[in-house]
Amino acid sequence: MKEQIQLLMGNEAIGQGLIEAGCQIAAAYPGTPSTEILQAVIDRQKQAVEPLHIEWSVNEKIAFEVALAASYTGKRSVAVMKQVGLNVAADPFMRTAYIGVKGGMLTIVADDPGPHSSQNEQDTRLFCLQARVPVVDPASPAEAKDLIEPAFELSEKYETNIVLRPTTRICHSRQNVSISEPITLGRQANFELDTPRWAATPAFLPALHRKLNTNLEKIAVEPDWQPRWTSGDNSQPRTALIASGIVYGNLVDLLEELNLSNKIDLYQVLMPYPLNPGFSKKIHEKYDHILILEETYPVIELQLAHPGAVGKQNGSVPREGELTPDVIHQALAAFLDLAPAEEKPEERRGQRPSLCPGCSHRAAFYSIKKCFPTGIYPSDIGCYTLGMNLGAVHTVHCMGACISQGAGFYQAYQQDKGEFPTVVVTIGDSTFFHAGIPALINAVIQKTRMIIVILDNATAAMTGGQPVPHMGIAAGDKPTKAVAIEPLIKASGVDFMEVCNPYDNERFESLLKKADEYIRSPEGGVAVLIARHGCIMDPLVRKAQNSFLVTINESCIGCRICVDKFECSALFMDRENKFAVVDQDRCIGCGTCIPVCPVAAIVKQEKS
Amino acid sequence: MKQQIIVSGIGGQGVLFLTRVIAQIAVNQGAPVLTSETHGMAQRGGTVLSTIKIGHFSSPLIRTAQADLGIFLWEANLPVHRPLLKTAGKLLINTDKDGEGIRIDAAKIARQLGNAVLLNLLLLGVAVNHKALICTAEECEAAIKQLAPARFTGQNLAAFHMGLSSST
Repeated sequence: MKEQIQLLMGNEAIGQGLIEAGCQIAAAYPGTPSTEILQAVIDRQKQAVEPLHIEWSVNEKIAFEVALAASYTGKRSVAVMKQVGLNVAADPFMRTAYIGVKGGMLTIVADDPGPHSSQNEQDTRLFCLQARVPVVDPASPAEAKDLIEPAFELSEKYETNIVLRPTTRICHSRQNVSISEPITLGRQANFELDTPRWAATPAFLPALHRKLNTNLEKIAVEPDWQPRWTSGDNSQPRTALIASGIVYGNLVDLLEELNLSNKIDLYQVLMPYPLNPGFSKKIHEKYDHILILEETYPVIELQLAHPGAVGKQNGSVPREGELTPDVIHQALAAFLDLAPAEEKPEERRGQRPSLCPGCSHRAAFYSIKKCFPTGIYPSDIGCYTLGMNLGAVHTVHCMGACISQGAGFYQAYQQDKGEFPTVVVTIGDSTFFHAGIPALINAVIQKTRMIIVILDNATAAMTGGQPVPHMGIAAGDKPTKAVAIEPLIKASGVDFMEVCNPYDNERFESLLKKADEYIRSPEGGVAVLIARHGCIMDPLVRKAQNSFLVTINESCIGCRICVDKFECSALFMDRENKFAVVDQDRCIGCGTCIPVCPVAAIVKQEKS
Repeated sequence: MKQQIIVSGIGGQGVLFLTRVIAQIAVNQGAPVLTSETHGMAQRGGTVLSTIKIGHFSSPLIRTAQADLGIFLWEANLPVHRPLLKTAGKLLINTDKDGEGIRIDAAKIARQLGNAVLLNLLLLGVAVNHKALICTAEECEAAIKQLAPARFTGQNLAAFHMGLSSST
């Protein structure tokens, strides 16, 4: 294959880079903005010249540990996750810094400054500083790909895990990227026993810690990973700009637009940790004024500790949110005494996201709210977070938290006078497998009385439909053993379990009431309802179900219940705000809105 | 030659596909291109924005008042994304209402073609017709054929031609 140029999304470029670098074990748990990386590896697996195991792991900790042990055998491996996934994988990640790896191992952690699709905007670079793991911060999709092979080499040279930290604007950008032939490494699995290392007890750890510190000193001065300097023309003496990641790209474009290219000394920091002390010394000696631009936390700034630094610590650069070109313009204008950036127009929010028309979660949430108007509704991470639009989601925290939070709510209320509100927990199938099972066992043994509704749509929907353990399909549509939800629930000690399609609102609501009776009965405990209906984004699900022509007739009284309380985006009020109308472009004809109407004005008929 | 373009819509309207087609045209021309896209939660029917920068750029993001062309698939996004457009920038809007910019009820025409989602390529045709994009109709067709799944190529091309020949 001769070198060719393709338009690739950053995540695809990274996936391509992994294949080209001879990565043989790739494990991930989906999470925006990282998801398409493993998908890209799946899509390109035929290009691989050596055996390649790809897996959607049950969670990030597992993905990391699978990739880690594979690296012990001398093969190249990768674990891929979003930034909060690293919290889940934190335990093995932290220890790996001391123990190290054998074959090259990368941990690709996609950060989400903004945040666009996350529960926080934590900075993996700062995490790496605390974990003492080197981290590289690419500034474009093409650069992210180009860094992968050298990062594997660095990992192997020092037998250390290396983190590649793209951000949303790298992951979800497209760029012309050059494609090459995968390299052939010809490695056979060969786990060399070294028990004092691989099973290091405290007795061995001081020496390992010492080695880690020595390695970090050496990595910090590795010539290929030094900050890249673009010289200015000395028109701004003793002044420099320092940036990393996509912020560097934003800054380069801005300087050009302002005719400031090559006027001011500019540094791109490729590896924000460990930062070369020599670089730090040079910055201290050569410059009095520096502007530091990085997302999201002041990682370079903290390490440089320059008295003339302008950045997040002195508040000149916003400490939260993305450093967009507009934000950088304001900071740069203030730093260089330029004409102030034109007042940025007030940021306006567009249309909020909403559960898809026909989504069974909407029907489930509406019924839950209807049955328990004063209930407490802990929920979780996924499409169904959008149940908050229906007022049926009260808390969202992190993967699997809803079950333990539900238990916490129950314990806090019941200890007062023994009275407690109905706690209805909603959790998706993928989230349940990820972190819900230990929480369920805990809730059962702590004698919690609450209802858990598992919103089982047979996929990890929010991230685009990755396989889940109970469907018997693994990465790349390969058949595997299915691990069903029901036996797991039973084995966790749950005595009340029912399965229902929430499209059947009457049955679902009667089961919710039955579940409430159960949790309040003397022998009551955790009740589990599995609300099962395939994700409507799946074309096979849509094909398999009836699609009606749904319309609203003249008996509509304009009460807005279907538009506001049911909140289907295929329903809207007409221009005079008098009657509800069905948007036939968006309606999929499921008819779940029909029982919602108090005057039976929503009607369905067979499509002609 | 440099060009900065925004494509604004809501999740499910085909903003991503239109973005890819425009970027692919640039790649086929041998031009460097950078795009940014909205994925994840916002794709569930929420406001989405793509930016496309053709020419030698380092970042895909567009600063206020720098875009040469704004393609709005969803008119209600105007207050949100209109400020990204240059004063002299071209504005192309799918709408059934009157007002500034080049306006066309693309959803209606696309519906007649069989699917409202085809309005994305219809607008591409209108943009080419108005010379708002630096490319020929043939280059668009080639990119559409490259990216559309085979069974949708026909209707995608039909939508594009409908836009190209529209009197708007």
